[in-house]
Amino acid sequence: MTHDESSDSIEPDGGAISSPFEVVSEYEETRSERYRKLYDAYVYAPLSIILRDWRARIGLTIVLGFLALGIIGPLVVEPTRVTEGPALVGPFENWEYVLGTDAQGRDLFAQVVHSTDTILKMVTSGALFTVIIGTTIGSIAGYKSDTPIDTALSSITDVFINLPGFPLVMVLGLLLEDHILGNPYAVGVLLSIAAWGGLARAIRSQMLTLRQESFVEASQAMGLSTPTIVFKEILPHLMPYVVINLTSAGRRVIFEAVALYYLGILPFEKLNWGTMLQLAYQARAHARPGALHWFLVPMVAIVLISIGLTLLGQSLDRVFNPRVRARHEKTTADIDESGETDEEPTNEPMGGI
Amino acid sequence: MIQNKHTFMLTLDWRIRRIGQALFTVWAVLTLSFVMVRMMPGNIMGALVTRMSRQGINPARARELIELRLTIDPDQPIPAAYVDYLTNTLQGNLGQSIYFTRPVTEIIAETLPWTLFVLSWAIFISFFLGIAIGALMAYWEGGKLDVGLTSYAVVIGSVPFYVLALLLLIFLAYRWNLFPSNGRQPTGIDPGFTVAYVSGIVYHAALPILSMLVASGMASLGMRGNSIRVLGEDYLRVARLRGLSDLTISTQYVARNAVLPMYTSLLIRIGAMFGGSVVLEQVFQYRGIGLVLLEATHQRDYPLMMGGFMVITVAVVIALLVADLTYGYVDPRARRTQ
Repeated sequence: MTHDESSDSIEPDGGAISSPFEVVSEYEETRSERYRKLYDAYVYAPLSIILRDWRARIGLTIVLGFLALGIIGPLVVEPTRVTEGPALVGPFENWEYVLGTDAQGRDLFAQVVHSTDTILKMVTSGALFTVIIGTTIGSIAGYKSDTPIDTALSSITDVFINLPGFPLVMVLGLLLEDHILGNPYAVGVLLSIAAWGGLARAIRSQMLTLRQESFVEASQAMGLSTPTIVFKEILPHLMPYVVINLTSAGRRVIFEAVALYYLGILPFEKLNWGTMLQLAYQARAHARPGALHWFLVPMVAIVLISIGLTLLGQSLDRVFNPRVRARHEKTTADIDESGETDEEPTNEPMGGI
Repeated sequence: MIQNKHTFMLTLDWRIRRIGQALFTVWAVLTLSFVMVRMMPGNIMGALVTRMSRQGINPARARELIELRLTIDPDQPIPAAYVDYLTNTLQGNLGQSIYFTRPVTEIIAETLPWTLFVLSWAIFISFFLGIAIGALMAYWEGGKLDVGLTSYAVVIGSVPFYVLALLLLIFLAYRWNLFPSNGRQPTGIDPGFTVAYVSGIVYHAALPILSMLVASGMASLGMRGNSIRVLGEDYLRVARLRGLSDLTISTQYVARNAVLPMYTSLLIRIGAMFGGSVVLEQVFQYRGIGLVLLEATHQRDYPLMMGGFMVITVAVVIALLVADLTYGYVDPRARRTQ
């Protein structure tokens, strides 16, 4: 359009341009070039860093393995039922029941497979909820600092930081029993209801510094709306931090979900790792010989996926950390042995829960 | 002089704000629990009434009894009930437990010290263990020990404490009979300040405390990062140039600066650990406030449940408040940035 209009008014000097504001970039990016650039920045570069790091390789393999187990597993493995096999077959004794059976003859491998998709759904919804709420509240509070909006949002954040999440979730779980039965997504959200405070506070303080940057001032001068500035201009700079938080939030959801189901507080329709532990404890598998694997099977699943998420989180930290990136560019694969992760994510939930 | 006065005003202001924030949190929790009890779903009330009528109490009487034990009168208009509830709670009246038919405060006063006992030891031991391991890792950074310990920290950090608790229970208590499998005090010994009784208590608390030590894994990673950062600082070079001894440098310069940031992260874990006490005490059947909260939840014992929830919350709020207020004394740098 602009081209046609400007060509109508040819200037005396023969140029087709009347003012510098009508300059159209000489370089035109085709769609495929743009996609290739995006692919380079967001897929190729991170992947190449990840694949050079043993931590990332292990973490990614584990997480992808669980994803496959959760998505493909239920289609391939038949759900188990009571007295499917003999009671308490040990692991790796009978190839029909690879991981053994429980006291009622249910195949433990099938139980693990059919738990994985439930757990993954909880992790997805819980981690997304934590990160979205934490990021939104934190960035708005930070951008609007020293206004009543910030005061209100920060006070709410502080209340949630101070709340011990687990007892709150216990009590709420009881109240909302009917809504969360058979809905793993709702359970994930419930588990994260008090978990976003730390992230919101961290995002807020980072926002306070980013707000001073000149590109923000430029956006303000251009008259962009506040949501556009916050979410489209500033937030992408915080994305690394946010993405790393996804993995630690996911790990926390697993720990808490398993704990709640182990305690028998949340109602369940399908077995999951927590209910497996609960059934084992109720059957006093800890006190009787030959039942150890009943505990070990769900435990190994929990620890394994959590190791996967931890390693993935640490390596993502390296992907996004410009200092590590720079070091990676200078050196080659032998940097892996030095294990330089000075920048540990500080928001790891440590008490386990 | 003016500068000093100004800083003083600032810190005072900050402290008052922080206390106000803690009070606000307590108020929010009280209000939340009021809303939850007031909007108690019918099925829970129904379940309670059914259970009591099974014990031979007629339903109308049972309903009356339950309402009596709550500190909230369901027939009162909401604002009046709210004010009554707040005054009751602030006076320490948390109602009567429906299941144990005893005042909630009595039950909590009897169980809370045991939880505090286990948690405080767990927190201190895991903190010092984490610092020691982290310092070692930083000292031999990049060496075999560092890589080994880092992997150990990642693995141990990926083990939920209750998994470790169950494993300890299975092996140390049941298979090898080294530790008691449940309870919190020795049987057959009169409570008192005798060696037998105190050592019996420690013996019973040993496994729960050990289970919480998984927390040291992440603490050590944090300490490692801090120490490495401090080791690269210019003032360390200056200290070396001044000819200070290695001992002075490692304890006064490196350790102090690396440990200080750990203080806040340690105290933030307190909240998580309090929450974790529910699972921990269930595994070892250790009768602290966590186990009581769990029993109350299973029995739908609303007054006890909300009382336990409130007490745990207030304990965490106080712990965090103390942490924030004292941090300025521990780390003078924080006073300036506040």
